[in-house]
Amino acid sequence: MEVSSDREYIYTSSELDRQEGALIEEVKAGARQAIPDPDGWLEEDVKRNIVLTSIDTVLNWARRSSLWPVICFPACCAFEFIAAEGPRFDMSRFGMEILRASPRQADLMITAGTLTWKMAPVVRRIYNQMPDPKWVIAMGACGVSGGIFRSSYNVVPGYNKIIPVDVYVPGCPPRPEALIHAVQLLQKKIAREHPMPDPCDLVPKGVRR
Amino acid sequence: MTQPYPVKDLATTLAEQFPGAAEAAGDNCLLVRAASLLKVMAYLKGTAELDFAYLNYITAVDYYSYFEVVYQLTSLTHNHTIVVKTRCPGRNNLSVPSVTGMWQGADYQEREIYDLMGIGFKGHPNLKRLFLWDGFPGHPLRKDFQP
Repeated sequence: MEVSSDREYIYTSSELDRQEGALIEEVKAGARQAIPDPDGWLEEDVKRNIVLTSIDTVLNWARRSSLWPVICFPACCAFEFIAAEGPRFDMSRFGMEILRASPRQADLMITAGTLTWKMAPVVRRIYNQMPDPKWVIAMGACGVSGGIFRSSYNVVPGYNKIIPVDVYVPGCPPRPEALIHAVQLLQKKIAREHPMPDPCDLVPKGVRR
Repeated sequence: MTQPYPVKDLATTLAEQFPGAAEAAGDNCLLVRAASLLKVMAYLKGTAELDFAYLNYITAVDYYSYFEVVYQLTSLTHNHTIVVKTRCPGRNNLSVPSVTGMWQGADYQEREIYDLMGIGFKGHPNLKRLFLWDGFPGHPLRKDFQP
């Protein structure tokens, strides 16, 4: 792109506004259908041998015992989350004590609050920056379905329009106990995952019968 | 405690200074013609015995046939306060003079009114949407807005 020397920045403020508006419209157009919850493995048939299952167990234990949440606090549920993190409810009992400001060091997103369309591309970007494996807890009525703002012109009706959600916590806001229960449910869900690849897939294609 | 400023005498003074510009609307509310808003505001701010130097807020009301922009001014030295209203008829291409030249704090509030009510502020340095994004259809605080 040609940049003339008399411009202070590459993009003018109105160009940035138009880009932002186009991005939001794009996200909004692509968010008509809810993204299905990632729970396919819960119904999977058990077809592993005993050794790999043990490795699965160890990996799952490590993953579920060190869930580090990323900071994603768009609205008022954040205070219940902060209370849950604090000494009275003490969520660090479950290995989740470290709130990461960087999404690259986190593997759990607790979406504490109402999401507006203007914020939606940012939340999706934060989610995309988190390394796999990653999980999402939709906290509060607004996170589950948009809550009382569901029919509003600028509120996303549920985070599952933007990102896949693992566990939903209803309430406005949910008590810290409810959030801790959701984390325990998520840990149970993670415990049934199969992080190891299928042994049949490790055999080269030609050898396989 | 802050007292509402009695508007009756002020309205007669203003009628002498700027004929046809302002009239009293109620006990402590001044209704100003939009074309002479800046002159009246400058008078209210600059006159020593009035000294309305502090702008509390700007807001707007939709009355279907016209929009009303409401300003509340307070004098911190005399401890009195006044409400100034101005009207713009119709629903399209609405325009009210901007008071950002007198009060810097009016900047974001006028942008908010422009965003949510669709009233343009003539002379505003950066009049663009504040809360909603570029390309949002309509102005959501209008009474006839359909999402």
